[in-house]
Amino acid sequence: MSILIRNAKLFGESEVNVLIEGDTITDIGAGVGENASADTTIDATGLVLLPGLVDLHTHLREPGREDAETVATGTRAAARGGFTCVFAMANTEPVADTAGVVEQVFRLGQESGACDVQPIGAVTVGLNGTQLSELGAMADSAANVRVFSDDGKCVHDAVLMRRALEYVKAFDGVIAQHAQEPRLTEGAQMNEGPLSGELGLTGWPAVAEEAIIARDVLLAEHVGSRLHVCHLSTRGSVEILRWAKSRGINVTAEVTPHHLLLDDDLVRGYNPIYKVNPPLRSKDDVLAVREGLADGTIDIVATDHAPHPMEDKECEWQVAAFGMLGLETALSVVQKTMIDTGAITWARVAEAMSANPARIGRIDHHGRPLAAGEPANLVLFDPAATRVVDATDTASLSRNNPYAGIELPGRVVHTLLRGSFTVRDGELTEGAQA
Amino acid sequence: MKHLLSTRDLSREDATLILDTAQELLAVAERPVKKLPTLRGRTIVNLFYEDSTRTRISFEAAAKRLSADVINFSAKGSSVSKGESLKDTALTLQAMGADAVVIRHSASGAPHLLAESQWMRGAVVNAGDGTHEHPTQALLDAFTMRRHLGELDGKNIVIVGDVLHSRVARSNAYLLSTLGANVTLVSPPTLFPVGIETWPVATSYNLDASLESADAVMMLRVQNERMNASFFPSAREYSRRYGLNAQRVAKLAEHAIVMHPGPMNRGMEITADVADSDRSVIVEQVTNGVAVRMAVLYLLLSGSQTPEAIES
Repeated sequence: MSILIRNAKLFGESEVNVLIEGDTITDIGAGVGENASADTTIDATGLVLLPGLVDLHTHLREPGREDAETVATGTRAAARGGFTCVFAMANTEPVADTAGVVEQVFRLGQESGACDVQPIGAVTVGLNGTQLSELGAMADSAANVRVFSDDGKCVHDAVLMRRALEYVKAFDGVIAQHAQEPRLTEGAQMNEGPLSGELGLTGWPAVAEEAIIARDVLLAEHVGSRLHVCHLSTRGSVEILRWAKSRGINVTAEVTPHHLLLDDDLVRGYNPIYKVNPPLRSKDDVLAVREGLADGTIDIVATDHAPHPMEDKECEWQVAAFGMLGLETALSVVQKTMIDTGAITWARVAEAMSANPARIGRIDHHGRPLAAGEPANLVLFDPAATRVVDATDTASLSRNNPYAGIELPGRVVHTLLRGSFTVRDGELTEGAQA
Repeated sequence: MKHLLSTRDLSREDATLILDTAQELLAVAERPVKKLPTLRGRTIVNLFYEDSTRTRISFEAAAKRLSADVINFSAKGSSVSKGESLKDTALTLQAMGADAVVIRHSASGAPHLLAESQWMRGAVVNAGDGTHEHPTQALLDAFTMRRHLGELDGKNIVIVGDVLHSRVARSNAYLLSTLGANVTLVSPPTLFPVGIETWPVATSYNLDASLESADAVMMLRVQNERMNASFFPSAREYSRRYGLNAQRVAKLAEHAIVMHPGPMNRGMEITADVADSDRSVIVEQVTNGVAVRMAVLYLLLSGSQTPEAIES
């Protein structure tokens, strides 16, 4: 099986042809393969060619909440978003805190066919923040876990965080911290600012995120470990990260698409579709995380795709679940906020959404360069397209899409995983729906 | 006006219309037969997710004096603790033909959710939502002040207590400012919300400094659960610094009135002798509450009729 992709714009710049044979890119460059007789030829004129995207922060909900999402549906949503690999967060039921659970998720991912799944292991047993999970067993399992996170909860105990950072050095792991000081955020509902006071919703202050990040970068420096900061959302967090990196601390950070685009003004109508953790922040914070992503302080964009069933969002704000969908809209939101504003190039998008997350997660078969001999994981994206987001037009089982009804630029046209289409002409292929 | 959700979105005209209407309706309470036929055949549901006997009976009396049918739906604890969802309750009320729902809920924004959903078509009246607003309380407070102080333009109103968690403080701050009063909120720094400087009010940490020029002083209830959450060191210290006692009342101008939305913690934010003194209009606030709620229900449900139509 060979595929010739013609006239794609590599990183949105020069036009190239890509020749794929089997699961590998065999040649790439201007005029490549013009005389070859490929089984399939794709005209990619006007489309941006990027390596297959990698999401370091996805909630697939399986096992436990198969009413919200399954590995099968979540990976299809990922493929539709241009992803070829997603890291599955550990806060399932049961929690992914043993080799058994991470291997189950890993196996479900292998069966999906739409997108690779790399499980994340819980730092502490049951996400309870009191006792380390068997991190080594998960690292040594078939799932080969390297990223550990209690996401949804913060590893707030300083000693436990120190030990976790130290312990994973034995297998080059990383602790991905959900930075949220728990006492400062008891009952927290939204960003703490003038609007929380007005709406009478308990505030989630920026300092609760920043204080943990500041502590953690100092711990990482002290013990010489690797730290990753999940979904950073405030200007102060960006500044702490910038300082930490200038000191040479081994820290990386992510921002979500929604924190790049949406701000806390949206909470005014009490619509729980905008309830997320960390909360939507101020307009100034939105600008700050964009700047951080542009200057490299923030290494990656990660979706924090968080499916929830309808009934958990059609209710009072206070009892609604935290989280929003993100896989199918991530690249469009990044185009809108970072490309169309001139803040970064597509080459930088490829770093932030493919190479860097793969490197942080220590997987070697994704986030590769687009070059001969490399695995044929790639996405072709039409930046000239626009669409009004329709929450029902999704592969996810859930509908908690904060962009529903708004117009976003761009469209994923083709996604290829190891030389096979998972999305072709904007539609999931049969192979991706097996 | 389709709903009454907050005082923040009440215009001066709407607020004045409600207060003027209440003034006319207050006369009804003084008649031997305290009933008007205005809302005959209309159904009003009191949907109370929180205990509040005084607010519920006030709305119930208001609706009944307008001849509406009243259904009391006590759903205490059922939504937040995984009972029937607000959506299903709303669908039920719609199916029963509720013309208006008076909702009290522990979650801020629950009345907004009800009003903006497609679940029911009736008018929604916020009878207190979480730590957000309690608009009819503010309206009855403004009404009471107007009866004692005249028009509120330029009047100095001091509101004292737990502003952070008080829906009464929020609703009063917006309404009284809209009506032209100078509002000063007094509280320990821990009980002001972040962003208070964006509110249309002055703020102070010092009760004594705020009393001399006050035309009305409103004391807010301090909830028991605040006492053990380090908002202030002890009940006694709070009482010393922010409680209204006879010494402080002595600093007030002759005409100044003392208010409290109830229920009071006697001995905490207000001493018993102050609560029961001539300055106190606390009992009158309750009476006025019925008239104000009648006005709100009347204006929401009887459409374009003018207050004069009440008389005919």
